[in-house]
Amino acid sequence: MADAQSGRSLVVDAVTHRYPSGALAVENINLDIKGGEIIALLGPSGCGKTTLLRIIAGFIAQSQGRIIIGDDIVDALPPNRRAVGIVFQNYALFPHLTVTENVGYGLAARGIDKATRQREAQRLLELVQLPSMAERLPRQLSGGQQQRVALARALAIKPSILLLDEPFAALDKNLRLDMQIEVKRLQRVSGITTLIVTHDQEEALSMADRVAVLSHGKLEQFGSPSDVYDRPQTLFVNTFVGSSNRMPGVVVSADRTAAKVRLDAGAEIVARPAGGTLSEGGRVTVCIRPEHLQFVSDETGFAGVVGMSLPLGATVVHEVTTADGSGVKVSQARIGETRALENGAAVRLAPLAPSLANAFPATL
Amino acid sequence: MGTAPASRDVTSYGMGLAAPLALFFLVFFVAPLLQLLWLSLHNDTAGLHWGLGQYLHFLTDPFSLSVLGSTLLLGAEVTLVCLVLGFPIAWLYQRVGPRLQTIIILIVLLPLLTSVVVRTFAWIVILGRQGIINATLQSLGIIDTPLRLLYTQFGVVIALAQVQMPLMTLPLITALGRIDPNLDDASCSLGAGSWRTFFRIVLPLSLPGVIAGCTLTYAAAITAFITQSLIGGGQMLFMPMYLYQQASTLQNWPFASAISIIFLLAVLAVVSVFTTLGRLSRGYGGA
Repeated sequence: MADAQSGRSLVVDAVTHRYPSGALAVENINLDIKGGEIIALLGPSGCGKTTLLRIIAGFIAQSQGRIIIGDDIVDALPPNRRAVGIVFQNYALFPHLTVTENVGYGLAARGIDKATRQREAQRLLELVQLPSMAERLPRQLSGGQQQRVALARALAIKPSILLLDEPFAALDKNLRLDMQIEVKRLQRVSGITTLIVTHDQEEALSMADRVAVLSHGKLEQFGSPSDVYDRPQTLFVNTFVGSSNRMPGVVVSADRTAAKVRLDAGAEIVARPAGGTLSEGGRVTVCIRPEHLQFVSDETGFAGVVGMSLPLGATVVHEVTTADGSGVKVSQARIGETRALENGAAVRLAPLAPSLANAFPATL
Repeated sequence: MGTAPASRDVTSYGMGLAAPLALFFLVFFVAPLLQLLWLSLHNDTAGLHWGLGQYLHFLTDPFSLSVLGSTLLLGAEVTLVCLVLGFPIAWLYQRVGPRLQTIIILIVLLPLLTSVVVRTFAWIVILGRQGIINATLQSLGIIDTPLRLLYTQFGVVIALAQVQMPLMTLPLITALGRIDPNLDDASCSLGAGSWRTFFRIVLPLSLPGVIAGCTLTYAAAITAFITQSLIGGGQMLFMPMYLYQQASTLQNWPFASAISIIFLLAVLAVVSVFTTLGRLSRGYGGA
């Protein structure tokens, strides 16, 4: 693919950063990003994803480790010499400069003459589909338009890496989808290696080629969206990405590919050992997504009592209380006249397939 | 019905509450000002003959004009010194931790907690012939005879700059605090060095604060009677002292009134230039 050639690779090599207070912001992060990839840094607020972004941009000097862009170790370079384009969460457009001046700012800093700057700014504004806004001030633009300008401004310096810090958080839902498509289109056109920081898992899964999930400064998993969603390596990833029922249980027997687990809720099911091998008799947490549970009419699975049913349009979510008193959610596709479940109805539930239940060693 | 009070025009309350202050201003500010204007329009000290003689006298008298000129120049110099010295302090304030911020704000405000007279006398001690500066320079062997610092324009500017510094620094701190710190990072990530960032981003966006600070400092510097007189001594004559001499020593009230009005108009002219600049730059403030 032509894209992969134009973008430069980015390697985050064993990066650790400590705050002056001694607290760890990020710990031993390793990311190997190919040229032209879109990567999402996904995690809850405070997980260190923004710190990592600022380290890559050069605003923070990491305590340990290296940042390598292409073939160059850039740790010694200040942000203005790294050629890293950033789109800030609040866009950070210069309020006193026109759209053209904003887009041309980076070119002016490189000593490029005014005529060339204006031509280039116009070209980029056409790329982001805002050619008629050239002489406006940022405050005369809508949120989505401001973001397009911020993108054009970052692209103007022909960055080797594009960093987007929570780029869609401030947009309303419909506009967000438009802009996500827009960014993906621009990224395809330019082939720039792109890193998106986000706490929105849908955004990460839909936009990125690969997703890096962070929690408490540590990298939990780095893989394709389907890896992260279907084959989570840690309990955190399983519960943070998508929703999941956590059911405690005890390992009856286990090998490398399958584990038989007796759930506290009262059934023996087969699950995938997700976080490495499991020992017999050890306590585990089994994660099953609501859409991977089904109602069964025979004696397999575990028993429960329906509490509440929420019709959410395409699906219906049932809240079921199991024998051990914990609640699980079951999501059912709404096909024709879905069987209405009475409040208090006794049901039996089982996972759709063994590979759809993930067993993790229980944390104490 | 209970809706009646809600529909009543809320602005009608404010006027009544403002009345006491309005009355106070009317009696103690507007009335004396009108009296001043009335007095200045008399050609003789007794106040019998109407005319513009006092104004003509001032505007045709080279000495009076030079006093006005040197006063306005003094204001400009003090404002410039305050701006050049105050901006880095305000800039620093926005870039340090909360503890250092407290210390900086204390240092900035400290002059306001001391009487102007005390501060001015401190400057006499510092600038005098046997003052701290001269004593230090002499003991270091840098100079043989003491420098003349007191009773010079330089001395007045330095002392006034210190006295009026908070009036410059505080608006600057406010203005710089309003600038989104991401703009700095954005400028930097686009390849701009710190000087370009300063001149293209920080300075233009802080202009409202610069103008407010300059207006306050300027107005305060040219009317600073005590500091001007004590540091300037007999040799330096500025408008407030000139006015005082005419009114108090020479008892020439009509001329003193005319000086006041002319001085007032001169100050207003300068301030209105500043505020016009401020209005033009207001577009920048909306960050």
